[in-house]
Amino acid sequence: MSVTAPTETRQAPGLRVLDPLLLIAIALLVWQAVGSWTQGVAVTGPLATFGFTATLLTTAQFWHNAGATAAAFALAFLLSAVFGLLLGLVLGLRRFAGDVAEPVLAGFYTVPKVTLYPVVLLVFGLGMSAKVAFGVMHGLVPVTLFTMAAIKTLPAVLPRAARAMRLSPAQTMRWVLLPACLPQIVSGLRLGFSLSLLGVLIGEMFSSQRGLGFLLVSGLAQHNVALSTSVVLLIVVFALLANTAMLRLSRRLSGQ
Amino acid sequence: MSRGTAVLLVRTAALAAAVLVLELLCRTGVISPQAVLPPSVMVAAMVEVLASGDATEPMLRTFSTVGLAFALAVALGIAGGAVLHATPRLRHAIDPVLASYYSVPTFVFYPLLVALLGLNMTPLVVLGVLSATPAMMIGTLAGLDGLPQVLRRVARVQRLGPIQTLLTVVLPAAMPSLFGGIKLALSYALIGVIAGEFILSGSGLGYAISYAYQSFDNRTMYGLMLFVLLVAVAANGLLYSWEGRLLRRRVRS
Repeated sequence: MSVTAPTETRQAPGLRVLDPLLLIAIALLVWQAVGSWTQGVAVTGPLATFGFTATLLTTAQFWHNAGATAAAFALAFLLSAVFGLLLGLVLGLRRFAGDVAEPVLAGFYTVPKVTLYPVVLLVFGLGMSAKVAFGVMHGLVPVTLFTMAAIKTLPAVLPRAARAMRLSPAQTMRWVLLPACLPQIVSGLRLGFSLSLLGVLIGEMFSSQRGLGFLLVSGLAQHNVALSTSVVLLIVVFALLANTAMLRLSRRLSGQ
Repeated sequence: MSRGTAVLLVRTAALAAAVLVLELLCRTGVISPQAVLPPSVMVAAMVEVLASGDATEPMLRTFSTVGLAFALAVALGIAGGAVLHATPRLRHAIDPVLASYYSVPTFVFYPLLVALLGLNMTPLVVLGVLSATPAMMIGTLAGLDGLPQVLRRVARVQRLGPIQTLLTVVLPAAMPSLFGGIKLALSYALIGVIAGEFILSGSGLGYAISYAYQSFDNRTMYGLMLFVLLVAVAANGLLYSWEGRLLRRRVRS
């Protein structure tokens, strides 16, 4: 899913600065309303959640689970990125193989992969490797598809220019191909990042004894509303911060 | 033989070969039959499960939930997209939300939704709507943004009313982008509902699969799994080919 930057905005810049703050304020108000409407049975309000999160961040239990999720996620993202780039490179350069593989990959991308999680569990066993495999199943395809598209849509004039300047293959890669493909590749990595996080978390929510997904579901099972609300808050904030950073990076790369 | 036919042939052959290799690996015991059933057995299990009628109720349940979530998401997404398109200030504020929406794993809200709305169909519909609506909004915005100014002017010259303009000018012109949104909305609604059933629920196909997994009933599990995947692939394929026809018609005219 790619979203283009707003193309036109005709209004005073002073007003625009306030908009994000206003949006956050509205989000907090809605959250507070839901919290007080349900009397804290389902969700704790913002203030209570911030307080609980602050204490949660000092407990060993939290860091134990966060560490498990972080390790599985880091490995899943790394594998998705490396193999996605390689696969995308090969499929982008070999047009025929790319045309053969693209609909299969795109089809796999839109299928509810969660139904395959029991297979992953049966093959890899309960534990870290199953979560990592499931994260890779989600993250690999977008990185591959975006890398492939970046190479396929490369203007033909660029490799020709490189040849005219008698650049070596390594130089062509470094100075021509990489800068031209990088914005799209970063978009693919951004998507792969989000989706491998999703895969790891779903894996933990379904069947796991460790990790933030597990903590979230166990908070619900123990009627510890503050715990599950805090975990959701932390995951959302982490995902948004990481995404914003990568979005900035890809905008800067394509702006050059 | 044209290139397109060759691509199709090679793709079919590669997929068939993959299934065959899996069959052989399972039959020779390289992959443990306790973990993965041979594809031929999976198909037999699917036919069995569907014929036994045990799957009928969860199936109706899941598909009605997905259908409801999808319909709501399309309606809300088109309405939301149109409102955002008409109010640039609001759009400017919401744009960053849309841009990073899919980076947040929506499923983490599901346990909260269950606590809020109870363990029934409602949190599943809400989860499906939450995952699918933004895609529809983005598609609608793209369609409205791409509308050539000249078409709006033509509508004015022909003195069309707002509804006529919408039906005869705006909708046909924006259709390809809208269709992209509809396609994504369907697969997101399907993924959201089935994943929700899978993680925490008491009914539906996702629940039936996870129940079969937990009771070591591999035949039922693989049969249902194959069925869900085939339905998802068929639904997406149908929309995909429909979209292709739509685009071709546009090119011709």
